[in-house]
Amino acid sequence: MTCPPHAELARVVRSHAGQLAASLVHLVGDFATAEDLVQDAIEAALTHWPAEGIPQRPDAWLYTVARRRGLDVLRRDSRYREKLALVAWPAEPEPDDRLRLIFTCCHPALPRTAQVALTLRVVCGLTTAQIAKAFLIPESTVGQRITRAKRKISGAGIPYRVPAADELGARLVEVLAVIYLLFNEGYLSTGGGQAQSRDLTDDAEFLAALLHHLMPAEPEVAGLLALIRLHRARAAARFDQNSEIVQLQRQDRSVWDHEAIADASRLIARAAAHKRPGPYQLQAAIVACHAEAKRWEDTDWTQVVVLYDMLLYLAPSPVTRLHRAIALRYVTGPAAALREVDALDGHLDAYHLFHATRAELLRDLGHHDRARAADERALTLTANPAEQSLLRQRLNWT
Amino acid sequence: MKYVLMFVENEQYAADLAAMGEGERDRAYARVRQWFVENHEKITHHAQLMPPGMATTVRLDRGEPLVTDGPFVEGKEVVSGYTEIEVADLDEALLLSRSWPGCPVVEIRPIAS
Repeated sequence: MTCPPHAELARVVRSHAGQLAASLVHLVGDFATAEDLVQDAIEAALTHWPAEGIPQRPDAWLYTVARRRGLDVLRRDSRYREKLALVAWPAEPEPDDRLRLIFTCCHPALPRTAQVALTLRVVCGLTTAQIAKAFLIPESTVGQRITRAKRKISGAGIPYRVPAADELGARLVEVLAVIYLLFNEGYLSTGGGQAQSRDLTDDAEFLAALLHHLMPAEPEVAGLLALIRLHRARAAARFDQNSEIVQLQRQDRSVWDHEAIADASRLIARAAAHKRPGPYQLQAAIVACHAEAKRWEDTDWTQVVVLYDMLLYLAPSPVTRLHRAIALRYVTGPAAALREVDALDGHLDAYHLFHATRAELLRDLGHHDRARAADERALTLTANPAEQSLLRQRLNWT
Repeated sequence: MKYVLMFVENEQYAADLAAMGEGERDRAYARVRQWFVENHEKITHHAQLMPPGMATTVRLDRGEPLVTDGPFVEGKEVVSGYTEIEVADLDEALLLSRSWPGCPVVEIRPIAS
């Protein structure tokens, strides 16, 4: 959990970083230079604001610092200086300017790790140190990724623009993958007890909401936003007082944010009206089936299995088949589900949930020794402390 | 910006080409010629290379210049031709590469200005 002033600081920086970056790219005509200026301004804000308080107009404050630093950096270039001197704040950037920023950061010619780091820095205003901490990697590694990516953007001629209509679909898939990766990273590491670390799920939701605002007619963007919001709506019930994971089945559903669940469900319905189903919309619909059930027993399992069938048709994957098998257990019983799971042997042998799921099904069918062996195998395969602890509990109780 | 598109063949592609009947192979070559015609405004230079069996390599980093038969890396994927293009940016180069009807891999490299 982050303490309020820290969270407030993060929120303010996040809500202005992208606009600032977009304005500066517009101004100096160069992505890499603009990115440096934004980063400088944010570093300055993080130094001054905790002591002096957040200014009345944080956007103007950041812009003034960026502009001053820009003048320092670019003193030798008269063309840049003229440009910087000419433009007065507030210069409201075109709404699609932040869209260009996002598509540039997530260009497929950049490696995924660089797409992630760039998006966090440029669009969400994270510092290199914050990114390093969130991903548990050295700061120098993040710095190198950023430097290489910026060098490639200018060297290889990666354009600063929203892709043309015929490539938009494929490029959007790339952007959504970056946001979803961020969300998962943040979601799985919560409960780790890092008080001052940046909550990546906040950044992921912010990005998805921003993208939905900028591209309201893209149903997959709405689907991803709904998916993120549905997961977060249930966050309060995910861990108990000892930071142990509480399985969905045993969660206290009264602490879920039912208003947020209803909002997200409406978002899914509006997206579905476009009649362009996709993996994020389907995953969101599956999570909605769980979130809308009053009790675990009330879950519409048949609907869940149908949605998994559609998802498998659009995006076949062994992990999705595993999840479908879990739902199948409540439709046709544990024996049928176990047959499905066993059919995945060889594809998912290194995945802890495969073995944990097998353990549950085996236990349902009365094969306690084989269940234990599967749980023990699962335990060796996850590094996540909360998941390890859940598996250990199960081994102790059964 | 100027880029070189390097066309890369692999064994499968060579085998597929060899297995084609004459008419089919002619049509495949015609599609490649058509691509060059359609994009001629962006193409500043292009060349097809003789197969790697024709290559000779000279190494200058081992004392005396060392001359050997064959390409400098023995691989299953070999550059079989290249074209130099002049386009606005990488996205335009990607667009051209995506429509390439020949061998299965294209490497896009900007030319140092």
